[in-house]
Amino acid sequence: MSDHHHKETFVTKYVFSQDHKMISKQYLVTGIFMGIIGVFMSMLFRLQIAWPDHSFSIIEAFLGRHQDGGVMSPDIYLALVTIHGTIMVFFVLTAGLSGTFSNLLIPLQIGARDMASGFLNMVSYWLFFLSSVIMVISLFVEAGPASAGWTIYPPLSALPQAIPGSGMGMTLWLVSMAIFIASSLLGALNYIVTVLNLRTVGMKMTRLPLTIWAFFVTAIIGVVSFPVLLSAALLLIFDRSFGTSFYLSDIFIQGEVLHYQGGSPVLFEHLFWFLGHPEVYIVLLPALGITSEIISTNSRKPIFGYRAMIGSIIAIAFLSTIVWGHHMFVSGMNPFLGSVFTFTTLLIAIPSAVKAFNYITTLWKGNLQMNPAMLFSIGLVSTFISGGLTGLVLGDSALDINVHDTYFVVAHFHLVMGVSAIYGMFAGVYHWFPKMYGRMMNKTLGYWHFWLTAVAAYGVFFPMHFIGLAGLPRRYYANTAFPLFDDVADVNIVITMFAILGGTAQIIFLANFFISIYKGKKATQNPWKSNTLEWTTPVEHIHGNWPGEIPTVHRWAYDYSKPGYEEDFVCQTTPLKEGEEES
Amino acid sequence: MTAILYILLAIVIAVAIWQVTSIFNLKGAIATEKDNNTQGILFALFGIFFYGLMIFSFWKYAVILLPDSASIEGESYDTLYLVTMLLILFVQAVTQFLLFYFAFKYRGIKGRKALFYADSHKLEMIWTIVPAIVLSGIVLYGLSVWNDVMDVSDAENPLIVEVYAKQFQWEARYAGEDNELGLANVRNIEGINTMGVDMTDKNALDDVPVRELHLPKGRKVIFKFRSQDVLHSAYMPHFRAQMNCVPGMVTQFAFTPSMTTEEMRLNDKTIAKVDGINKIRAEKGEDPYIFDYLLLCNKICGSSHYNMQMKIIVEEEAQFNAWLKDQKTMAQVVVQ
Repeated sequence: MSDHHHKETFVTKYVFSQDHKMISKQYLVTGIFMGIIGVFMSMLFRLQIAWPDHSFSIIEAFLGRHQDGGVMSPDIYLALVTIHGTIMVFFVLTAGLSGTFSNLLIPLQIGARDMASGFLNMVSYWLFFLSSVIMVISLFVEAGPASAGWTIYPPLSALPQAIPGSGMGMTLWLVSMAIFIASSLLGALNYIVTVLNLRTVGMKMTRLPLTIWAFFVTAIIGVVSFPVLLSAALLLIFDRSFGTSFYLSDIFIQGEVLHYQGGSPVLFEHLFWFLGHPEVYIVLLPALGITSEIISTNSRKPIFGYRAMIGSIIAIAFLSTIVWGHHMFVSGMNPFLGSVFTFTTLLIAIPSAVKAFNYITTLWKGNLQMNPAMLFSIGLVSTFISGGLTGLVLGDSALDINVHDTYFVVAHFHLVMGVSAIYGMFAGVYHWFPKMYGRMMNKTLGYWHFWLTAVAAYGVFFPMHFIGLAGLPRRYYANTAFPLFDDVADVNIVITMFAILGGTAQIIFLANFFISIYKGKKATQNPWKSNTLEWTTPVEHIHGNWPGEIPTVHRWAYDYSKPGYEEDFVCQTTPLKEGEEES
Repeated sequence: MTAILYILLAIVIAVAIWQVTSIFNLKGAIATEKDNNTQGILFALFGIFFYGLMIFSFWKYAVILLPDSASIEGESYDTLYLVTMLLILFVQAVTQFLLFYFAFKYRGIKGRKALFYADSHKLEMIWTIVPAIVLSGIVLYGLSVWNDVMDVSDAENPLIVEVYAKQFQWEARYAGEDNELGLANVRNIEGINTMGVDMTDKNALDDVPVRELHLPKGRKVIFKFRSQDVLHSAYMPHFRAQMNCVPGMVTQFAFTPSMTTEEMRLNDKTIAKVDGINKIRAEKGEDPYIFDYLLLCNKICGSSHYNMQMKIIVEEEAQFNAWLKDQKTMAQVVVQ
């Protein structure tokens, strides 16, 4: 990167920008837009679950031919569940979260003028944009969007005879995801190369903020596991369109025997979860990185156990690639394999416990500044623990047998990766909004947003464990076919009410976000009195980030309230005093 | 068009929210000492809400949980579950308390300096090693249960039953007098032979096809699962049993029923649950519900996934044998 710049036109500045800060905002706004769709869908199907035969004008208004008199069809119910999962996991919590903050923070926090390749970065965003557009278009095809669950297990996803959504809707889903994976790989490669090569003078790996460690390791897991999903998707496309039998064998459907022979759906499950499980950590680690940074800054205390935190990020990342089989304990795979996956899975609890305890210890004897970002970070620690602990049930092959695919699972993963990751994303937005837009978000709205969301999230997912333990399977259009489940109906109504509360509370966030961009209070250079490098750049964005030389780094990122300093923060660019020891 | 009205409404609400805030609090952005105080107290209150919700749920929802296990293997499942759950609740109660308490206690005060405390190897060793030891225990205990449940090699004179899944129905086939299932493949499906049994295989002739599952109490049942179209999952929650049905392969699971349907209907927990259900049904003017074991589908399989079930009846072995004897064999069914 040099100081000479091309003349910026509207198109190169706001559309095909190669500036990481602009790309980060593009990711965020696209992610928020997809998030609105994903959350709205969940509210629609929650209405169906709570009041299965009731007519709703909102369902009539949005679902068109897929509803009859305000009651949705079983097929569109499955489609909504499928697309909700796909959008939230990939488009919001992978691209929206990681794409936004890796792009914004990697160059700014390591002291680089931009990403290693601005061009690839731009391509990465526009591929993501394209895949989002295709996913949205797939909602409007004749037979409805993909509806085989976000895990798209064949044969259901391979045979249009099995479910209408496995026609054109599924094709578009696969195309969209293939492009998404390409986007995500380009992004991840760029993050890795940038972190390894473009750190400023003095920015040793052991001085990196934990955000960067988290983004860096996340990118590595992405590069290792996303290509496997691409292969899985390609083979599925082959089975669907060219008559191969990778996943299909011995199928009799609608009165005829299909020609497929020798394939196995279990193969697909292995390939899918080889990505699918690391994906959980692709979603979660950036949120944990953001939380580390925000909890430390707002506690005015160093993060407790910095090196242990790095160690646990790496341990979690490594383990995440060898635990995928715990999604398949009852898939028919060899029980011995199940034992191995139980062992590796429960190992993950150790680094996770270390992280949780370190967060709590960081709060201890701090001077907590209750900014909205801090509230969401503390909220994350809470949901991470609540959701993580039930992993002890699901990760244990013996116990998984009876709760597998019930609402217990839904409650578990929504708390541990859904709610936690989205809290991390919100925390990041509140914290770095001034860096992105040069203005501040309103704190009162932030407080309302957090408390309503926090109450709603536990209100939804805590009771949900119990209906799972009552044996209620997930992905049921209605529970009315079983008198056995008549007594979960009331619980489902409670859950839906909290879901509507939580969903509507997000309007507060949207109002705060979009209006603050134009009307928010002007930001100062370092509003949260933070140590990291991004707050040494000017408020107004400039291409190349720092007007003069890139600053030199002399210490780690967490010298908060260090004895010997009058202020309670010491920027990374401050040289060590005579005789001062680096922490 | 109504859809657009809904969207406009949401935008209007958003703007209204913003306007209300700007009247009361002009552009506040960074937490003041007062905010720290209020939010810290709110965390304490939230902690109370959190424990309240937990206690309320356990008290209110205990009755909807599954009754006692109806299989011998399920009993060790239930003990393992109880041990794990107690551990989870203990850790949950302690850690969440610390989190909310610290958020309340250390809420920021102007001029106070936080403690510079970056590391403690001793503490970190403690919370690495203690979880490691506890987890080792859980893993070993879990795996011993898992091996007992999944290993069927030592079963004496088990009953062999095939459970057959298709959109959106279950069928079953008993292995008959020779206790060996005849070969089957979807390519043999024809007319009344809906499970594709190979009638040229002599083991197949005495097999008994049924639409309702009967099981003998006290005898180990080995289930062989097949599916003819997409993935299904045979879920028998009362027996703590589940296995996927995979097209192109045979999967298996086994358990020993320990309570007949009649006995389960007289179980305290079942009675409480059924009473609860019938109260709700009475309010809606529906017929009372009588408890039965069920096999239900627990893997998304298409439009009617939510209504794919088969009744299971557990009875004393003599009754079961009599019932089985009354059923027609494959030879009788197909030849007719």
